[in-house]
Amino acid sequence: MYASLNWLGRLLGTELDPQETAERLTVVGATVDAVEPVHAELGDVVIGLVEQVGKHPNADRLTLCRVSTGKGTVEVVCGAPNVRAGMKYPYAAAGAVLPGGFKLERRKIRGVVSNGMLCSAKELGLGADQDGILELDTVAAPGTPLLEALDLADTRLEVDVTPNRPDLLAQRGIARELAAAMGLTVKLPAFEGAPAVPAARRVKRSGSVGGIEVIVEDDEGCPRYGAAVIRGVRIGPSPEWLQARLRSVGARPINNVVDATNYILHEINQPLHAFDINDLRGGKLIIRRANDGERITTLDGEDHPLTSEMTMICDADGAIAIAGVMGGENTEVSDETTDILLECAYFDRRRIRATRTALRMDTDASYRFERGTDLEGLPAALRRAVELIIAVAGGEEPEAAIDVCPRLPQPTTVFLRPSRVEHLLGVAVPQDEIERLLGSVGFTLAPRDGRLAVQVPGWRPDVTREVDLIEEVARLRGYDSFPVEMRPFRPTTVPDAPSELRSALVRQVLTALGIHEARTLPLGPVGGEHAQPVQNPLSSEETHLRTDLLPGLVRSVERNWSARARDIRLFEIGRVFRATTGATPPVETLRIAVVLTGARQPGHWADVSGIDFDLWDLKGMLEEVVGVAAPGGAAVAPDGADGWEVTGPDGTVLGRGGELDADGPPWAAPLFGIEIDLAVAETPAVRYRALPTTPPIERDLALVLPATVAAKDVEEVVRGAGGSMLESVAVFDEYRAKELVGRSVAWRLVFRDPSRTLRDAEVDRSVNQILRALKERLGVERRES
Amino acid sequence: MAHVPAEDQLEHIAAAIDEIATADVQRLEQLRTSLLGRKAGALTHVLRSIPALDAEQRRTVGRRANELKHAIESAITARERTLAAAVGTGPAVDRTMPGRRRWRGARHPITQVVDEICGIFRELGFSRIMGPEAETEEYNFTKLNIPLDHPAADMQDTFYLKPGVVLRTHTSPVQARTMERYAPPIRVVVPGLAYRRDPFDPSHAPVFDQIEGLVVDEGVSFVDFKAAIDFFAKRFFSADTAVRFRPSYFPFTEPSAEVDAQCQNCRGTGCSTCKQTGWMEIMGAGMVHPAVFEACGIDSERYTGYAFGMGPARIAMVRYGIPDIRMFFDNDMRFLDQFLE
Repeated sequence: MYASLNWLGRLLGTELDPQETAERLTVVGATVDAVEPVHAELGDVVIGLVEQVGKHPNADRLTLCRVSTGKGTVEVVCGAPNVRAGMKYPYAAAGAVLPGGFKLERRKIRGVVSNGMLCSAKELGLGADQDGILELDTVAAPGTPLLEALDLADTRLEVDVTPNRPDLLAQRGIARELAAAMGLTVKLPAFEGAPAVPAARRVKRSGSVGGIEVIVEDDEGCPRYGAAVIRGVRIGPSPEWLQARLRSVGARPINNVVDATNYILHEINQPLHAFDINDLRGGKLIIRRANDGERITTLDGEDHPLTSEMTMICDADGAIAIAGVMGGENTEVSDETTDILLECAYFDRRRIRATRTALRMDTDASYRFERGTDLEGLPAALRRAVELIIAVAGGEEPEAAIDVCPRLPQPTTVFLRPSRVEHLLGVAVPQDEIERLLGSVGFTLAPRDGRLAVQVPGWRPDVTREVDLIEEVARLRGYDSFPVEMRPFRPTTVPDAPSELRSALVRQVLTALGIHEARTLPLGPVGGEHAQPVQNPLSSEETHLRTDLLPGLVRSVERNWSARARDIRLFEIGRVFRATTGATPPVETLRIAVVLTGARQPGHWADVSGIDFDLWDLKGMLEEVVGVAAPGGAAVAPDGADGWEVTGPDGTVLGRGGELDADGPPWAAPLFGIEIDLAVAETPAVRYRALPTTPPIERDLALVLPATVAAKDVEEVVRGAGGSMLESVAVFDEYRAKELVGRSVAWRLVFRDPSRTLRDAEVDRSVNQILRALKERLGVERRES
Repeated sequence: MAHVPAEDQLEHIAAAIDEIATADVQRLEQLRTSLLGRKAGALTHVLRSIPALDAEQRRTVGRRANELKHAIESAITARERTLAAAVGTGPAVDRTMPGRRRWRGARHPITQVVDEICGIFRELGFSRIMGPEAETEEYNFTKLNIPLDHPAADMQDTFYLKPGVVLRTHTSPVQARTMERYAPPIRVVVPGLAYRRDPFDPSHAPVFDQIEGLVVDEGVSFVDFKAAIDFFAKRFFSADTAVRFRPSYFPFTEPSAEVDAQCQNCRGTGCSTCKQTGWMEIMGAGMVHPAVFEACGIDSERYTGYAFGMGPARIAMVRYGIPDIRMFFDNDMRFLDQFLE
C-alpha cells in the first residue's frame, strides 16, 4: 500500500520528513519497504515560456516557437494547436528522459532543428488530455522545475500492511499512527465547493432515497447499507488536485465521480460504488443472496455464475453488482450519466472472502471488505463522499441519504488488567501511560472494577481481547523500551527426539567415511503405486511426494556427471511418504540413502591409479550404514538379484543396497546405492569385556567349495563345530583355478581360552572336528597343496 | 697416421671403448674429442679416409667403423647418465611431494547452520525435536489461530494432499503437538522442512528449512523473549551485532515481532544484500497467542510463552555468500566440497 507524504502531511497539518516518517511507521509495525519520489520521471521537465510563435517554413500545421527555458532561448518545433506566445508550458530539453523511459533527442522536424519539446499532459503521464500541450497557469519563472511549479513533488512510502490492520490501508489510518507518535491529531480537510450535506436517515431494513427504494434482504451478508442519490452531476475530468492525490498513491484518474469514490477509498478505507440511476430498472435496489445459477457480467466484461453464498446488489430485474467485489456493466457510470446512486456499505468479511475466492476476483474493494471496514464510521464516510462528489462533479441531493441498518453496531469493549500488561510484557507500565498510549490511537478508556474498560474504535476490528490491547501497549511504547535482560528459567520437560540424535550420529559416521550430505526435493514425479499425489502441484515434474530417496540422489549424480565429475559420494537423510486411504495424512518414514561412484580414494602418485568403488566397497558401506542406522540389529543378505537386502530382527525388510542403473557417460564408473530406514531404537549400551591375557593359536584352512556352497554356510558349520575355544573366523583369500572343481577359499581361525594357554594338540583336535563336519554336511574338503 | 692401415686404426679405437665405462667427467670429454671430434677424432679420420680405399676394404672398414661409432656413442651416453645420476640423486624422500589423502565428507551447509543454531539454543536449555511434514489443516492452521476463512491463511500458499491434509507451510504445527504431549516447562527447537507453493527462483524454493522455537512456562515475558533472541543473534553472528525488534503480525503470536540483525555484509551502513536498509530479517516471533494455548489445552491465564521461526537457508546464503537458493538442492560435488569442516 502506498502512502503519500503530502497527503499525510495535509491530514496532520504539518510537513513531514520522508526518512523520519518511514522510521516512525516501521517502529510501530507499519513497516516501510521503500521511500521513493512521486513523478521522479518528470525531474527533467521545466517551465518554458513561449516568447514568439512563428510559422514553420516547410509545414503548415507546425509552428516554430522561441522558448525561454531559463538557460537561454531556443527554437522548438511544435505541432500543438493551442500554443500561444506569452504562455508557459512544460518544456523538456534534448537529452531529457520522459515517462516511459523515452529519451528526447535533438532532431530535425521537416528540415528545421527542434531543441527539445513542449509537452502535453499525456506525454507527462499527468492525464489523458491529448488535444494540445499543457497550459500552465503559474507565476514560476522559466527554468523552474515542473514538479516545483505545480506542487507535484511528493514522496511515496510503500507500506507493508499486515492482514490484521485494514485501517492502515488508507491515508487516515497511517496518519493516525503518525499522530500518536508525534503528538498530533488527524483532521480531514474540508472540500472547496462542497455544500453542507445532511446526515443520513437511519432506517431498519428498507427505505426510499431520491425515488429509489432500497431493501436489504440479506442483512447477514450486508449488515449496513448507506445510499445517497445525487442528481445533475456532470461527468468530466477531476480537478488537478484530486488527480494528483490519486496518482500519488498509484491510482489512475478516470473521471470526477469515479475519482471521488477512489479518493474516499484511499483516504478513509471505505469502498464506494456509483450506479447510474437511469439504468436501474423498476426504481428498486435490493441487497439479497444470489440465486443459484444466476449470472452477471461485471465491469470488466467477464461473465460470472453465482451461488446463494454470494450477496448481490439487484434492481427490479436482476443482479447489477457483486456486493463488495465488482459492479456490473449494465449500471456503470458513463460520460452521459447525470444521476447517480452512491453505495456506501459494510459487507460481511467472510462472505466477501468466500465470494472473491470462488470467483477468483481480487479487487481493491474486496481486499478491504475482506479485512474489515469501519462499520461504525460508515455514515460519516457516506456524508464525506457526497460532499466530494458534489464539489467536483456538481449536482445535488434531492433528499438526505439513507442508512439501512437493522441493528446499530455497539462499540466493542475489551477489559484490560494493568497487572496482566506487566505479566506478559515483563515490565510494569503505569496505568496513566497505558491510558495515554491507547488513547493516542483512538481507544476510549474508563476504569471499572480495578480494570480498564477499553472501547475499541470501529476501524480496529483486529482488537477483540485483552492480549490485543497488551500488544498495542507494547507497540506504541516501542519494543526498544523493553530491556534485554536474561532472567532465570526452568529446564524443559521435553527430551531430544531420538530420530534427531540418530540422524546426527549417521551424519557423523558417513561424513567420516568420505561422503557428502545432499538435499533433494521431497516432491517429484510419481514413484510407484503408493506415492502420495499433491492436489495442486507447481509443475508436472513435482506431482507426488517421494517414496524413495535414491531417485533424487541418482538425479544429483547425473547432474554431477554432466558437470564432468566422476568421483561422486552423496548421502541424504530424509522423509519418504506412503499414501494412506481415508482422511489421514500419508505415513512418513525417515530414511538414509547413499550413492557411490568413481575412485575409492583420491589418486596418489605412489599408488596404482584408477581403483574404483566396487561391489565389496558397496557391501562394506552397507554394513557400516546398517550398523549406525539400525542399532537394534539387522542382517545383510543377498537379495536374490544382484544386491543385498537388509532385514530387521522381526524379518521386516529395512532396505537394500546394490549397483544402480543410471544414464552415465561412457567414462563414468559403476554406480552403487544404498537405502534403508533410519531406526529410532536406542543403541544397546556398551558392556566392557575383559581383555584376554592368554595367547591365541591361529590356524589357516584353505577349503575347496563346490559350486553350491556359499561362504556363509561354511562359516556356520565352522562356528558350530569349533567349540568354545574358537574365538574368530575370517576369510582372507579366495582362489579360483581350472584344476579346481569349485573354488578355494581360505579362512583364518583363531582359538583361545581366556582362562589358560591352549596346547597345539587340542586345537588340532578341534580343527579335525571342524573338517569332519564340513565334509559330512557340505562336502567341503581341505585343499591339497 | 696415414701410413697405419685403417683396420689397425679401428682396432686401436675399439680398445679405447672399455675406458669409457670408467672415465670421469673430464676424461669422458677427452675421449669423446679424441674419438669422435670433427677435426681430430680418430674415428672421424677413419671415416673420412674410406672413399680412398679400394672397394673391398671400403666395405669391411665402412661396416666396422659404423659399428664402432654406435658402440662409442651409446657407451658415452650410458656413462654420462651414470655420472649425472651419481651427482643428482637428491634426497631419498622428496618431502614436497603430495601426501596420500582420504575422501572426506561434509554435512550439508544448511545442516551446519541448523546444528549451530540448535546448539546455541541448547545453551539456553532447549531440546531438539521434530514433527510430521504432512499435517492436518487443524494443526497447520486452526490450532495456530489461523481460521481458514481469514486473510491470514493467504499469507502462505499451501500444497494440499487431500481434503483437510496439507504439506505443512511452517514448522509451527509442532508447537501444538508439543503442548498437547508435554507439560510445561517447555523449551524446544524444531528444525525441519516446510512447503509453500512458491516456484523456484534465486531466493525462493517450494521446499525450505525452518527452525521453530517454543517456550512455555509460568511467568515467561516479552523481556525473556527479547533476551533469548538477542543472546542467539549475538552468539550466532557476533557479540557486537545490533538486533532490532519490529512490531508485526502473526496469527499465533501476540505481541508479534519481526527480528532484524544488523546486516553482516555492510555492518549496517546499507548495501545490496540488505536492500540499503542496514538490516536483515532473521525471524518472525512473538509471545504465544492465548488462543493457541486454549486450542492446545494449556491454561492461558497461568502460562505464557514465546515462539519463533527462522529460515536457516536464507541465513546460510548470507553467511556463505551463496547467490541462489537452488544451489542447496543441486548437490554439485564442487559446491559441497567447499563446506568441508
